[in-house]
Amino acid sequence: MSADQTELAFDWSCRISSDNGCGFPAPGLHSFLFKPIFEVGGFEFNKVMLLALITTMVVITFFYAAFGKAKVVPGKLQMIGEAGYDFVRRGIVYETLGKKEGEKYVPLMVSMFFFIWIMNIWSVVPLSQFPVSSVFAYPVVLAVITYLIWVPLTFKRHGFVGGWKNITGYDNSLGPIKWLVSFIEFFSNLLVRPFTHSVRLFANMFAGHLMLVMFTVASWYLLNSWMIPAAGVSFVMTMAMICFELFVQAVQAYVFVLLACTYIQGAIAEHH
Amino acid sequence: MIANLVQLAAEEKQNPLIPPGPELLVGAIAFAIVFFFFWKKLIPNINKVLEERREAIEGGIEKADAAQTEAQSVLEQYKAQLAEARHEAARLRQEAQEQGAQLIAEMRAEGQRQREEIVAAGHAQIEADRKAAAQSLRQDVGQLATELAGKLVGESLEEHARQSRTIDRFLDELDAKAEATR
Repeated sequence: MSADQTELAFDWSCRISSDNGCGFPAPGLHSFLFKPIFEVGGFEFNKVMLLALITTMVVITFFYAAFGKAKVVPGKLQMIGEAGYDFVRRGIVYETLGKKEGEKYVPLMVSMFFFIWIMNIWSVVPLSQFPVSSVFAYPVVLAVITYLIWVPLTFKRHGFVGGWKNITGYDNSLGPIKWLVSFIEFFSNLLVRPFTHSVRLFANMFAGHLMLVMFTVASWYLLNSWMIPAAGVSFVMTMAMICFELFVQAVQAYVFVLLACTYIQGAIAEHH
Repeated sequence: MIANLVQLAAEEKQNPLIPPGPELLVGAIAFAIVFFFFWKKLIPNINKVLEERREAIEGGIEKADAAQTEAQSVLEQYKAQLAEARHEAARLRQEAQEQGAQLIAEMRAEGQRQREEIVAAGHAQIEADRKAAAQSLRQDVGQLATELAGKLVGESLEEHARQSRTIDRFLDELDAKAEATR
């Protein structure tokens, strides 16, 4: 049924109340699947991968231009770069981990923040118009990296028994419910946490992209005879959603990095 | 682009929560490049500059502090010098005043002395003149009186020197009378 939905959205004759009786080509899961651009030995290189690599290039190029030949008296570009760098370093890392513990996580968190943000921003950039992070694999990579940092760190800091106590929140003062609490904490911290961490970003960008595509496609689909005013409404909604998405993109990058720092902070902290 | 957006074959699994392997690999590589670049190059770069800037600012503050202290000490020095100069000037003025007063007093004393000298000299002169006048007057009066008396008595009394003692006595009496009435 959904086989030709994407194609229909680009079909000039597919409008509301058109003769061919074509229905609304609603966006769906198919909006997140791309035909490979090229194939090398079974490896299918698609648009999302291309955007991911362009993200890397954009982030590196910008920050190399800003910090490559950093000066004590900064130029405009360096000033913007410093503002971004300082926002993540002070606003997120130092806030959660403190200066002493946080310093060595600054490179990871700064690169993570800008990598995610640019991946998200492709959602509203003309021609790309697809948030890389709405493909689950990309948030998963970053969530796994975070997971692989905080779990070993917990055991390194607190030893084997202490590490488990930290993760499970085991505390004798809780009395008999301590086993229940420990089980829930174990479940939510060790098993569910990487999942929620990555899904939070993925789902936000996924939903945002669906909304954008929905209103964009509708603007076109409704642009026929008596439904033209509705098309106008849909178009205004598209613009509003773009503004909203710009906000969500930044917030989700911030939240993802903030959570990563919080998890590391939890691993370092004395268990409660 | 339209071709890219064309949906993949229908038999492709459609669970968006199962991440495909190739995407994981690309994502990992893409992020790894960003991370290593930040870790090895960009963050150390900017941290160095930020540190330099911090030092420059703190150095500037220190310099300003030093200049402030120096200015303060110079000001104090000037103030001390000024006070000293004022003191010196006051002392000199005082001295001058004292000297002037002394000079005036001396001159006044000198003037007084000279005046007294002049007055005394005048008195002495007058006294001498008076005495000389009195002396000559006495002689003249004596002679005249003697002559007159000689004429009156018809004989010369001049030879009778002893008579002169009488005249003198008489004149002395006159003198004494005059002294008393004066």
